This record gives sequence, structure tokens and C-alpha cells, in this order.
Amino acid sequence: MGGRRSLQGEAAAPGQPSAVLLYIVRRLVNVVVMLLVVSMITFGIFFMVPKLTGTDPVYLYVGKNATPAAVEGLRVKLGLDKPLYEQYGLYLKGIVVGRDYSTGTGVEHCPAPCLGLSVQNEDPVWGDLTSDLPITASLAAGASVLWLILGVGTGALSALRKRSIGDRVTMVTALAGVSLPIYFTGLLSIYLFCYTLNWLPDPSYVPLTQDPVGWAQNLILPWITLAFLYAATYARLTRATMLDVLGEDYIRTARAKGLPERIVIGKHAMRSTMTPILTVFGMDLGGLIGGAVLTETVFNLHGLGNAALQGIQKNDLPMIMGVTLFAAFFIVMANLIVDLLYAAVDPRVRLA
Amino acid sequence: MTKSDSAKTEAVIDVSASSSGAPTSFLSVRNLRCHFPTDDGIVKSVDGLSFDLERGKTLGIVGESGSGKSVTSLSIMGLHRNVGKKRGPQISGEIWLDGQELINANPDEVRKLRGQKMAMIFQDPLTAMHPYYTVGQQITEGHRQHNPQVSKKAAREHAIQLLDRVGIPQPDKRVDQHPHEFSGGMRQRAMIAMALANDPSLLIADEPTTALDVTVQAQILDLIRDLQKEFGSSVIIITHDLGVVAELADDILVMYGGKCVEKGPADKIFTEPEHPYTWGLLGSMPRIDRELQDRLIPVKGNPPSLINLPSGCAFHPRCPYVDRTEGRSTTETPLLTNVGENHLAACHMPLEVRQQIFTQEIAPRL
Amino acid sequence: MIIRNRALAAVAVVGAVALTASACGGSKGTGSSSDAAGKSSFNAAVTSIVNPSTKKGGTLQFWANQDVDSLDPTRSYYAFAWDLQRLYARTLLTYPSQPGTAGLQLTPDLASAMPTISNGGKTYTFKLRSGLKFSDGAALTSKDVKYGIERDFAQDVLPGGPVYLQQILDEGQKYPGPYKDTDPNKMGLKSVQTPDPQTIVFNLAAPNSDFEYYLAMGASTPVEQAKDTGANYQKAPLATGPYMIQSYTPNQAIKFVRNPNWDQSTDPVRKALPDAINVTITTNADDLDSRLLAGTADLDIGQVGVQTAAQAKILTNPQLKANTDDAPNGFIRYIAMDTKVAPFNNVHCRKAVEYAANPTDLQTARGGPTAGAIATNMLPPNILGHDNYDPYGLAAGKAQVDKAKQELALCGQPNGFSTTIAARNNKPKEVKTAEALQASLKAVGINLTIDQYDGAQSSSVIGAPSVVHKKGYGLMVFGWGADYPTASGFLSMLVDGRQILADGNNNLSEINDPQINSLIDKAAAETDPKAAAADYTQINHMVMDQALYLPVVYDQALNYRNPRLTNVVFLQALGMIDFASLGTSDGK
Repeated sequence: MGGRRSLQGEAAAPGQPSAVLLYIVRRLVNVVVMLLVVSMITFGIFFMVPKLTGTDPVYLYVGKNATPAAVEGLRVKLGLDKPLYEQYGLYLKGIVVGRDYSTGTGVEHCPAPCLGLSVQNEDPVWGDLTSDLPITASLAAGASVLWLILGVGTGALSALRKRSIGDRVTMVTALAGVSLPIYFTGLLSIYLFCYTLNWLPDPSYVPLTQDPVGWAQNLILPWITLAFLYAATYARLTRATMLDVLGEDYIRTARAKGLPERIVIGKHAMRSTMTPILTVFGMDLGGLIGGAVLTETVFNLHGLGNAALQGIQKNDLPMIMGVTLFAAFFIVMANLIVDLLYAAVDPRVRLA
Repeated sequence: MTKSDSAKTEAVIDVSASSSGAPTSFLSVRNLRCHFPTDDGIVKSVDGLSFDLERGKTLGIVGESGSGKSVTSLSIMGLHRNVGKKRGPQISGEIWLDGQELINANPDEVRKLRGQKMAMIFQDPLTAMHPYYTVGQQITEGHRQHNPQVSKKAAREHAIQLLDRVGIPQPDKRVDQHPHEFSGGMRQRAMIAMALANDPSLLIADEPTTALDVTVQAQILDLIRDLQKEFGSSVIIITHDLGVVAELADDILVMYGGKCVEKGPADKIFTEPEHPYTWGLLGSMPRIDRELQDRLIPVKGNPPSLINLPSGCAFHPRCPYVDRTEGRSTTETPLLTNVGENHLAACHMPLEVRQQIFTQEIAPRL
Repeated sequence: MIIRNRALAAVAVVGAVALTASACGGSKGTGSSSDAAGKSSFNAAVTSIVNPSTKKGGTLQFWANQDVDSLDPTRSYYAFAWDLQRLYARTLLTYPSQPGTAGLQLTPDLASAMPTISNGGKTYTFKLRSGLKFSDGAALTSKDVKYGIERDFAQDVLPGGPVYLQQILDEGQKYPGPYKDTDPNKMGLKSVQTPDPQTIVFNLAAPNSDFEYYLAMGASTPVEQAKDTGANYQKAPLATGPYMIQSYTPNQAIKFVRNPNWDQSTDPVRKALPDAINVTITTNADDLDSRLLAGTADLDIGQVGVQTAAQAKILTNPQLKANTDDAPNGFIRYIAMDTKVAPFNNVHCRKAVEYAANPTDLQTARGGPTAGAIATNMLPPNILGHDNYDPYGLAAGKAQVDKAKQELALCGQPNGFSTTIAARNNKPKEVKTAEALQASLKAVGINLTIDQYDGAQSSSVIGAPSVVHKKGYGLMVFGWGADYPTASGFLSMLVDGRQILADGNNNLSEINDPQINSLIDKAAAETDPKAAAADYTQINHMVMDQALYLPVVYDQALNYRNPRLTNVVFLQALGMIDFASLGTSDGK
């Protein structure tokens, strides 16, 4: 953190818009490089590791009683018959211009960005992932709003009422939230709200565009469950940060100016408190869009996390690669957005 | 305790800390106690402090760190948190500002005085300013808080004027910059501008120059003096360095272990100091006119624990003349006694002995 | 510490689930349990048809916690996917919806009668029923049947399914499948002839008593060549059965509706009671169980048994238990003794293990009686040829130390011996089985060292005799299931001395007994499956007499069926409820 702050003082010039643009472009190039590295590593893991252990990688993907023809067919389909660099090249080419696959009776075109065809259902992985994305994005968006409000709110109150009973209860609850597995809170909430109280439908995904009320009704439990887990972390983080900030000299200065407490806390203390939280939030949100495997499993949501799980269970290499790249993309993008926001929030940070 | 001692004591109390009615002084602190409960015991940061400050005058409060001088200033400003709560500080006594008592006042009333009638300049301008807001924002914020009728534009103009007045070049540009874009001295000037935003009658400067380069220190002190003349404020300068207040203060109050050990007009404190601790401070003060710099002598030993103050005179473990009081220093707490006009000191040594020691042993070294 | 807390939390979940689920069962059930209560009982579907009915209508709510491997019958190997195919993919022959061994006897489906077998058991001639159609309305002819079988050969494009037909019908032709067929009509497979649209003739190179069973697999279902989309066919296969696929969302849902071009008069097997069938794929198996018990789901079509939480609830509640079946699903668990690893080259040392083992402890290691009945020989109850042969008294469930010591003495190892037992490290129950055996054998002085190897590599570890010899695996824990319910398909791989492979070997005992081998050949040449079954009963007895394998359990799965389901039949051939016969009592 310290490294990117410039505390030199008077020499600093305000950031020029063009400099910011240049910075973003440079960062976007970094994103591409990062994704290339991630794809290489993923590629390497799935193709090199079996080679190192002396196994033909194609055998990871063939089913029971595979005939030699089936093995060869899959080998050609996955491109395993070509040298590694060529396989990787083809993969990248597919992303840029798309690829054609033989179906036996014809040719199936996998349009760019083509991440290959899923071994499970012969569908382009890209299409599967983009159709799963709204589900995970809905889950992540709702949950994150909830946990920000809950976590930051209770954390801040806790910090202001340090050592009070409310503070202790909040922190114990937060500890429980961090410790309890999604399986526990998730299942319990389903049985409580969907079965025992009959307040909510059995969770399943309804698109927002189709039925906004149904969308929210079906997602409210996963939101709460996920938010409970994260809110706990955020409450603790907010409390700790807020306590640090409240000890800062500039808070005393604000009070010395005669500002009322609601401005001292709500404006001066909150703004400083939110900065580290923003960083964590960006990372969490990026990671979450990459897939909330457990939550999606418990609540039967077929999002990206579920796609990853299915891919792993069925040895669906193109799907695993796709999800990995997809998740990596969101994480690095979240990273970039956090850095931009950070610069907007903290004037000491210069985009360089 | 002898009878004559107690008579003297009463006389002293009459002077500074007796009547319960509103005093005539602009600022009057009476028998201020500020105790902090901790797990190790009660920290008596300030324990029975009294002083007065007239309008337009400057008081220097001098002492080592931990002597209670900053706690005093925060008490006046009402900046202690959780006062009276279970784990919060216990504050008693009276603080009268322009006829209004502050310790027992409604906290919101005190808040309204802060930044308006009384303002404060802190030691480290870097940490004392919010890193995320521009200097202008931080100046106008306090201004508009107390003057809600002032438009944003007018407040900004006012801020630029203030920055100009405290000597910041290009104030119309600087007003939109953030604290980290200022140098240390500039920051302290901005801090002063912030404090002056509402033309306060009382300005408390807590170690205003400690964090600054020596050359900048003098500029800041000059600025404070000029501003005081211009604005007519009363000023309290808190410092561990007698040199800082030498040319600025009308009166000086020396604190040790949460208590006042000597106070009086500044010239008296410098020329006829009556307390061995004050002698020590003078001895350790760097002076341009001092002939023999190698004889700069720090006060030996460490500041006392505020939880378990030494018995008798709190200074006695560090006092070179403890043997001159026939043991009273270690058992009896010395009281503030008149040693001249408006000049008080708390020491068991007879006045003549002290004057003899000062003229024969101390003065030649200074 | 955290791990322990989480374990506690998991226990709490189980408890909470059990508590709350009971509340749901009463409030939300749609099943008319009052009608069904009298007729349904534990394991009723195994021996009888539960709630027989001809009432049509309603929608079946099928649930599963994983998707089918493929909807293209050519490419599927999951047992429940095969069962689902009975809804939409018909074959020349199929299993009737009958409980017990009656359900193991093939019956004509697309064929109008059982085949005419000629040419010394090498030529099978089938006549198709008239009026058969695909769901797109096209007439179904013998060419479509042949084309469907030819697709099995295109393993490069359509991998994943069984390849028995490819192996037996290629006969040296190296037929590449229809996509690379040089014949303009794509009818290039020589061993199958279609002299007219109603007739299909198969010419085998040698008699094969299992041939009819291969034809009952979905992989032989007819496919209309003009509608074949190769690798993409699995997204929307045409139907020949009473239902067709209306929509399929991988990993989420399959919806079946009535096939308007299916004619009841052409189909003696299926009753086609419900109007629609929904398959919902969930990711949460515990949630699936509570839906079953609440009556909002009709059947877990995975049919691998409820989770432990629901199992505990069901077994302690007689009313719930009455709606369950716990029958052998065709899997056997066993411990192989390698006749090439001393001292198991001596039959008496092998018999000593049979006697010294405690069958009850081994069963407990597998999960207790619910998870499987104690196996007394190597043919499970749903394989033709099974009997209750029990030469070592395993059914009594007790170790017989005296007899074991006698055998040890005869073996020349009166004080016991030491050997190694191999168990797959990714199969906790197999490791527990090895530990249970280790404890029992210790009583007679046989000391076992347990070697847990990488379970994913089993075909190159215990499946490679050279590795087995090098590592000194005298005993190996393993399991085996059949693709079709004949003993040849089940047992021959385990005991045929000519099938000892260098890699991927399944004859773990490495037995090469001329008598067994010749009986295997004799059985294969039988044209009557019953005669072949009798041969295998004999082979099974010989295998047991020589103590080549220590059978552990015949796997079972405790499955719950919604009381509103009608015509519930446990189909032994697939080891699960027949999906095609089910209906709803409430018409919903």
C-alpha cells in the first residue's frame, strides 16, 4: 500500500485526464498479459502434469470402455494430437477468430471468442459461460450490496460503541458468520423460509428481465446467506479500520473545528475507513463473479461456480479452462477498477 | 506542615483559584483535574491546575512530554472523549471562557465554541489534516459550520484570503490542493489558517513548531505573533522548549507531573526562576547568545510515572538540591507560593537559598 | 480446532435438516398417501408392481443431482440415462416392466417377435412391427435400425457409449462408422443386412448368447440418417418412444412431452401414463431428499440411494420406509486373491481367508445392511444364473477361526503368514474393507499390510499383473458391475484365463483353469440364454470352490418413491425403478 502512495508533497501535480487514460490503456494491456499467463498456466497444468507423471492426457477425458477410435477422436477434438505450443496457439486463435469443429455430419462453427466446445454437451464454452454469468452476477450483486450495508454499518457502529454490549454481540455474531459454513446457514435458511414458514419459493433462478419480483424472491436467501458470510468479515474489518481512523489526528482536528459528530464520523472517519474496504470489496466481488461454488450448489443456482464444478467432475477440460479464464478476467478487472477508484478516493495515489 | 506555610498557601489560593463565581479573566482554569483510569491504575495527567489568561495575552505552558500540558489544552477545547464514562477520563474543576464554564456545560454548547471562539493548532500538520480533502475544503468546512449563511463561494474566497494572510504563495491555486502537496512549513501555515477561519478569541498552539525545521520554526512563531497582534486573540502556546516561548509569551507556566511548579511573567521566569526544574529547563535550552554551548545541561533522569507520583515533591528524585530541604521534599508536597509579583513557585527550599543557588550556580552557566 | 467445529456444524446440519424436513413432509406433500398406504411396503417394487394403475395424465417430477452423460443413446453409459432412454428411445428388444427375474427376460419392442436364429446360432433375423414412426413423423425402417447401429462405430465422433455391437459386428471390416462410410447410402456395414424395410439380418462370426442383450441397449436405437447431426445429435435426439424431448438445458433440466407419432398399438411394453415428465437437475443432494420426503419430487432418478441424513430418518419411520426399496443394483464388492502371489497359489491358504474373514464386519465397512447384503458367491441376484451357493457359510456372518486354522495347516502355514492387501485410496469404503479384513485375519495369524494406491490409476496398478507381483499384492479390494444382466457379461471377465491382460486386467485372481475356460466357451455358444445361465451357475460354483474371490456384499441402494407414483416396478436389469412404467395417482 505504502509503495503506491506519494507523500513527497509540493512537487506533485494533479493527474491529467490524458495521463489517466494512458494509465488505463496500460493497465488493460497488463490485463491481457495476465490472462495470457493464466491461460498458459492452466494449459500447462492440464497438459504437462499428466505428461510428467507419464500418463497420456487424453485418458483423463475419455469415459468408461473407451475404444481406441474414441480415444483418437477425442485426441483430435481436444487438439492433443498436436504439439503443445500449437495447441495453445490454436486455442488463442479460437479466442480471436473462432474455430470450426467437425460434427461427423457437418461442421460446427464456434464463433469468436471461442473457448472450445464443452466435452459434456458439445456447446461452445463461451455461450455456456455467458448464459451462466447473469446468474452469478445477480447473486454477487445482491449479496454484495447487502453485505456492504450490513457489514460496514454494524462494523462502524461497533467501533463507535467499542466494548459495549452491542459491540460484543455484533462481533460474536460476526465471528459466527465467518466460521459457519455456507452449507449450514444455507440449508438452514432453505428449510426455515421455504419449507417451515413457506415464505419463499424453493430457490431457482428467474431472470431479472423476465420477472423482477421473482428474481429477487428466489435470490433473497442466497443473498442473505452469502452476505452473512461476507458481512461478518466486513464488520470486523470496518470495526478495526474505523477504530484506527478514530485515533487519527485529523479526526481530532475535525472535532476541534467544532464539527458535529455525525460529520466527523459520517464524513471524515467514514471516507478513510472505506478506502481499505473498497480494496477488499473489489477483490471479493471479482472473485465471487468467478463463481460462488458452495452457495450455487446449496441453492441450486446454475451459475459459473456450478459450471466450474460440473467441469471438474466431468473432466471437461475446455470448460475448466474457460471458467478459469473467465474468473481470472473478472478478478483482474476488479483489481483495475479498485485501483482506479482508489485513486479517485485517495488523492495521494497517483496513477503511474 | 507549619502554620506559616498554610497561611501562604491560602494567600496563593486567593489569588488564582478560589471564588466560585465567574472570574474577571478572559480564560480562567481552576483546580483542573484530569484522571485517566487504566488497567494499571489511575493516570493523573493533570492534578489541580489553575491559571488565568487575559484577553490579547499569550501564555506559554512548558514542560516535558507527559507533564500534562497537552491534556490541559484538550480539556479546554473539550476534546477528551468518553468523559465521565466507566473507562473514560474523569475531569473536574472549572474552566471559564469569557464568562462561560465549560467542564459542566452541555457538550454541544462546547462544540459550538470550538473552531469559533477557541481554536487549536496541532503539533504535526501532516497527520492533523485529512489526507483526502483539499486544504480549501478543510478551511471552509469549519467556517461554514459556524456560519451556515456563508455561501460556498464566499467561504472559498475567505479561505484564499486566510491562506494569503498566513503567507502561502498562489493561494488561489493552493486552496484546491491536498495536504500532501504542501511542504511541512506550508502545511503548518495552512493549519493556522484553518484555526483562524472564524477569528477565534482563544488560540491554542500545541507544540506548533516541534515537527518543523529550525528555520521554519522561527517563521511560524513570527506568524503567530503577528496574527495575535492583528486578531487580538489570547494565545496559549504549549511547548517543551522554553526557547519557543521566550519572545512570544507574556506569562509562562511550568508544569511537572501534572502540576504547576512555577508560573509568572515571562521575564521573571527567565531572569529570576524560582524552581530547580525551571532552572533545568533553562539549562537545557539552546540559545544563540549562550557562550558555552558545551555546558548545555539536560535535566537528569526521566519524567515521573503519573500513576505513582514520587512522594512529597514529584521532582525530588531528579532534583540536585533535594538535600537542602531537610527531607521535606520526599515527604511533603510543596505548595505554590508567592515569590514575587504574580510569580509563584512550589519548592521547599527557602527563598533565600534558592536565590543564592540561582545567582551563584545557575545563572553563570546560562 | 476449526475443522472440529466444522464437523460439529455438519452434524448440526444433519440434525436440523432431519427436524425441519419432517415438518415439510406433512405440510407440503402432494401425494395421496391414503390410497397408497395399503399397497406400498418396504421393497414392494422389487417383488411386485406397486400401485398398479392405468390412470393417465399428470406430470412426473423427476429429480437428479447430476445430469445425464448424454441424451444421444449411442453416447451414454450412465445407468439412469439408460433408464431414461426407455421413455424416448426404443430398441429391437427390451426388458419388460416386470419385477423380479421376469424383468431380466428380453421381450420384443420394435421387433414384432423374438428373432429367428439360424446358421448354428450365427444369424439373427428380426421383423419390425408395422406402423413405427420417428417423432418427426418419418416412417421407421430396418435401414434406420442399421444406421443407428452403424453410429456405434463412429467412436471418433460419438464416444462414450457401449461398444459391444462394434466389437462383435465389425468382423474384420474395420468399418469406420457412417460419417466416413464410402457407401453413398451410408449402409456400408456388411454384417448387417436390410433385405426389406421390415427386415434386418445380423450375421455373426461366432455364436454369442449375449447378442440379444447388446441389441437391448440404447446404443442400438434407430436413428434417421437425414436427421443425424453427429456430435450435436445429443442436443435434440429424435424419439421413437412415447415421449420426446421438448427442451434440454444441460445441467439444469430435461422436459419430456408426449410423442404424437408414437402409437400405443405398436408398443406392448410401455403404458405411457403421464402427460409429461420433468427432470430437474439440482446441485444439492440433501435438498433433493427433502423434496422427495416432502412429496414435491417423485423420484431421484440417480437411484444411487438417499443421503445419510434422509436414510436415518427413513429407517426410523415405518411410514417412510414403506415407500422405499433397498435392492441389489447389480454391483458386487469383493476381495480378489491372486493365485500367482504366494502363498495364495495354494487353494488352502485362499480358503483360510474365506473362513477367517468376518462377513458382518466387511458388510459394516461397506455401510451396513442398507448398503448391501452379504455376498456368498460371485454372481449378484439380478444376474441370470445366480443362486444361493455358499460353500464357506458366509451368510452366517461370522468368522470361522477353527476351519480357517485347519485350512492354514493344510496349506503348510499353521501359524499364518503375511501378505499385502491393495485398496484404492479414493474409495474410503474399500480402505475400510481392507482394515476390517486385516482385523479378522489377525485372529488366525495372517498379517495384512494395507497399501493404499492411487485409485485413478487402478488399471495400471492392480490391473497390471507385473506390478501386482512386484508389490506382492496377495489381496486386492475391488468392485464390479454388469452392463447387462447375463453371467457371461458379468463373470467371464473376472475368471477367463485367456483374458489376463498386461494392463487393464480384470481377472485379478489370474486364474487360468481349462475347465472354466471351456465352460465359458460353451456358454457363449448357447442360443438360449437360460442354458448359458446354467453354465455360469456351474462356473460360479467352481470359482467359489477354488476360493479365487472373497465376495463381500451385493450393493444395494435405499431409494424413496413418492407414494403418488403408480405402477412402480424395480427393474432388475438396470438395478433401479423402471422410469417408463410410472404414472401418477392424482393425475397432477
